[in-house]
Amino acid sequence: MPKDYGIGASSKRREDVRFLTGRGVYTDDMALHGQTYAVFVRSTVAHGRIRSVGTEAASKMPGVLAIFTGEDFKDVGGNPAGWLINSRDGTPMHEPKRPVLAHGKVRHVGDAYAAVIAETYQQAKDAAQQISDDTDIEELPAIVDMRAALADSSNRVHDEIPDNQCYDWGWIEDNRAAVDAAFKSAPHVTTLELVNNRLVPNAMEPRASIGEYFPGTGDYKLTTTSQNPHLTRLLVAAFVLGIPENKLTVVAPDVGGGFGSKIYHYGEEALVLAAAKKLARPVRWTAERSESFLSDAHGRDHVTKIELACDKEGNFLAFRTETMANVGAYLSNFATVTPTFLHGTLMAGPYKVPHVYVNVKTVFTNTAPVDAYRGAGRPEATYSLERVIDKMCRELGLDPFEVRRKNFLTTDMFPYTTPVGLVYDTGNYHATLDKAMEMADVAGFAKRRADSAARGKLRGMGLSTWIEACGIAPSNLVGILGARVGLYDAATVRVNATGNISVMVGAHSHGQGHETVFAQIAAEKLGIPESSVEIVHGDTSKIPFGMGSYGSRSLAVCGVAMTKAIDKIVAKGKKIAAHMLEAAEGDITFEDGKFSVAGTDKAKTFGEIAFSAYVPHNYPLETLEPGLEETAFYDPANFTYPAGAYICEVEVDEGTGKVDVVAFHCADDFGNVMNPMIVEGQVHGGVGQGIGQALLESTTYDENGQLLTGSYMDYAMPRAGDVPFYNVDYSCQTACTHNVLGVKGCGEAGAIGSPPAVVNAVLDALHSGGHKIAHIDMPVSPGRVWQAING
Amino acid sequence: MFDFEFVKPSSIVEAARLLGGEGAQALSGGQTLMPTMKQRLAAPSVLVSLTGIAEMKGLSVAAGTLTVGAATPHAVVAAEAARVFPALAALAGGIGDPAVRNRGTIGGSIANNDPSACYPAAVLASGATVVTSKRRIAADDFFQGMFSTALEEGEFVTSVAFPIPEKAAYVKFNQPASRFALTGVFVAKFAGGVRVAVTGASNNGVFRWAEAEAALAKSFTADALQGLGVDDSDMITDLHGTAAYRANLVKVLTGRAVSAAG
Ligand SMILES: Cc1cc2nc3c(=O)[nH]c(=O)nc-3n(C[C@H](O)[C@H](O)[C@H](O)COP(=O)(O)OP(=O)(O)OC[C@H]3O[C@@H](n4cnc5c(N)ncnc54)[C@H](O)[C@@H]3O)c2cc1C
Repeated sequence: MPKDYGIGASSKRREDVRFLTGRGVYTDDMALHGQTYAVFVRSTVAHGRIRSVGTEAASKMPGVLAIFTGEDFKDVGGNPAGWLINSRDGTPMHEPKRPVLAHGKVRHVGDAYAAVIAETYQQAKDAAQQISDDTDIEELPAIVDMRAALADSSNRVHDEIPDNQCYDWGWIEDNRAAVDAAFKSAPHVTTLELVNNRLVPNAMEPRASIGEYFPGTGDYKLTTTSQNPHLTRLLVAAFVLGIPENKLTVVAPDVGGGFGSKIYHYGEEALVLAAAKKLARPVRWTAERSESFLSDAHGRDHVTKIELACDKEGNFLAFRTETMANVGAYLSNFATVTPTFLHGTLMAGPYKVPHVYVNVKTVFTNTAPVDAYRGAGRPEATYSLERVIDKMCRELGLDPFEVRRKNFLTTDMFPYTTPVGLVYDTGNYHATLDKAMEMADVAGFAKRRADSAARGKLRGMGLSTWIEACGIAPSNLVGILGARVGLYDAATVRVNATGNISVMVGAHSHGQGHETVFAQIAAEKLGIPESSVEIVHGDTSKIPFGMGSYGSRSLAVCGVAMTKAIDKIVAKGKKIAAHMLEAAEGDITFEDGKFSVAGTDKAKTFGEIAFSAYVPHNYPLETLEPGLEETAFYDPANFTYPAGAYICEVEVDEGTGKVDVVAFHCADDFGNVMNPMIVEGQVHGGVGQGIGQALLESTTYDENGQLLTGSYMDYAMPRAGDVPFYNVDYSCQTACTHNVLGVKGCGEAGAIGSPPAVVNAVLDALHSGGHKIAHIDMPVSPGRVWQAING
Repeated sequence: MFDFEFVKPSSIVEAARLLGGEGAQALSGGQTLMPTMKQRLAAPSVLVSLTGIAEMKGLSVAAGTLTVGAATPHAVVAAEAARVFPALAALAGGIGDPAVRNRGTIGGSIANNDPSACYPAAVLASGATVVTSKRRIAADDFFQGMFSTALEEGEFVTSVAFPIPEKAAYVKFNQPASRFALTGVFVAKFAGGVRVAVTGASNNGVFRWAEAEAALAKSFTADALQGLGVDDSDMITDLHGTAAYRANLVKVLTGRAVSAAG
């Protein structure tokens, strides 16, 4: 019997009732008395020197209340990089200032250099147009291509950075010589150059922010589309505007998707706060979709050369990677860590490969900033590895399933320290591969291929065996690696007098289903109905200082913090019960919502204990404080390491080059599973995004730095018809060894594991049709497939 | 969006008068015009809605001709032409999404003459007659290149009269993002010959593929196209495909349309 309650049950997502009935409350839904509208004036050129910003005429237009330019913010701080990375030679990275509004230069199409506040949105739009028309920007040559950016120091995104390079990182530099030596003596080397295509996050809800200032108290409030309200508060307060943290509340209400893009602090947030202060009125801004395309932090964008050294039987000897990672015009908050510690450290995969070296050059260009996007670095690592392995198998005529199998780490090897510095605590990669092969009926593939051929289609099967590091992250470790923040999380469990509970969590749900899953865990641990648990998140005035949601960390970090807070509640409850039941504390047990004296029928319910904590008439006041509320902070001991095997089948239409994904099988190890339905949903969404990256999504800038794919007319998002019915399994479970829930995180898996499975399947199909194509870059669009076939 | 006035006449005559006014523009389903206005790329001062004109709506069949009112939404054509002219119904049913099909109209589509739109292929391949507020225009004369038609200032489409072919099919290859036609081919076989119209491929908008028409008139089979080449010199190259790719699609899709037409 599947459970119908608590841990492991597929409890229905309680938040969906409001989301699906239009009763969610998003930032843009909030109407405030006296509100005003901000519209940003954005650069239409990719690179230019601002000669003058034409505010004169606009300032006299109807309804215009204030105009801000870069000049107004030149004395406040910049939006900082969250992670400081050193180059191979030990020199620190370049961190150019990222101002609230562009000052001196504009550096990408969509770079905001002015903002208008007006009584109505239309008035603000009109004035913004006027400013745009009246502004004088000297256009400079755009820097778009990374190779050219590195080569030409005469043209600079930031004048103080001569080669447009942020850093040149080597991981692990001391191992480089040994890796090079392994390549020299290897019987076989496979080389693959590939592009990990830039993606626009395309959250359903565009970014939106409302700034408020309360002159009576000097307090500020920012309501914003954030994945981590405390981090945003810290950045706005301590780094950018200098507002004391205690005078600023940040609220991230219902948020309609983030995928990483809403982790970061953006200039628009600082602007609405500064404007609210100036006008003493609420100032609101909601991005138009085209602004989202131009100014949300994009994802991926690596140009990579990966090499694999092996023997003739396909035993891996070494991996070597050279990557150029585009960070765009400015450093978004996690931009520097994504291509390094979230990418390079994963380059051993789930394999026992002795030598690995990764070099990443991170490059400034006149394009939108690039940062972590669902998977963040790990999809890039997985794609490189799983593609080059596939290419090697073809070159040596080896079976891709067998090659993975013989190179996998085995269960007796854990904990295992990889050559790129991670310590995998547990896993069973053979189990997930076996499971995926069974699900995919690999043995029956030949027949399916014949059936497809009868319908005029080439059929291919592609494999990807992925691993990632999530549950981010141990603070002491990330501190050593350059992080400017800690990555613990926190939860407060408040038992109310009537026995129901409010749980304030540092994690932030923007679609994932925390309100359901966290309630399931709390309910089970306390033996109370799920409906008696309320999960509160997203408001810095209510929740403890947590770090928000990204990197598949919510459950593995914040969920564990909540569990620890609950343990404290139970411990205190036992003390109260011991007093009430006139028994020794050590004799009290807590089970199924009851505190009992062991071996007797004397017991108090959880509700009775709660009541007595708040109405302490019969209570050990001399030794125990009244009330029942506990907070726990939890800093993880290690990353968690979910892993799995994905098998994709495609059909290719040779006449048009169209690829149809006809089957997709996922066998994942997420450790213990709290809510199977939600886990499946996360995998579905992630694989959908991965198929989008593999087949559809292309972010293309022309040589002038104009975004050619700036709307849904040209940016292809995956739709229901582009994806198959997914076959998802999570039964291969090796519980995480270092958190009490035994959970690993499932939010990014699908997006990490799926792209190489799709591309490998396409190439398998093409080879079966006699088209000896080594590689096609993503998105593997019909035009590209046809071009590859027809040379 | 800029400010504008909105009027909704109930007859063709009244609409013609209103559209003669300064800064007036026809509004039909609004699926093309409204997004353009929202992006501030168009700023008509008066919008003359055509959707309240009963004589411009609905389908009728007489003497082998299907007449579709210009203000008829795609969804209505998809449902009501299914028996008499299934290829046209299928084309209408494949445009955009349900919201677009329930608002967007045939008149708006052909007046706009987007180089990737579907209807122009049907109108041209069927040898239809475009009926306007002033005259009747043969399809061969109506489409005059990308976003350009024979319509004059103030003139608007009131209906389209389609001779019903013996056999026909439209095969559309979706542009992956917009789902307009990356290339689409409409093949129509009449007692007197075959017409093949191609959309999405050419820099000059919808066009007829004469060589294929001649070959198919002799033998209405996909094989009849075997030896034909498609000149790609005037074809579109963009993010989604090169001219050569589109030329290939023209041939592949024409063959598939012939097979589908049966
Ligand atoms: C998401 C989406 C997907 C789409 N997908 C497709 C697709 O796959 N294939 C396809 O073919 N189309 C597609 N379209 C376009 C759709 O078919 C539009 O409906 C059509 O282009 C315009 O028709 P309309 O009635 O909405 O015209 P409107 O937007 O009202 O008008 C368009 C233009 O035509 C003028 N006009 C309107 N009616 C007349 C008339 N009777 N006489 C003269 N001028 C007139 C207007 O002044 C305006 O300039 C799509 C549109 C959207 C929004």
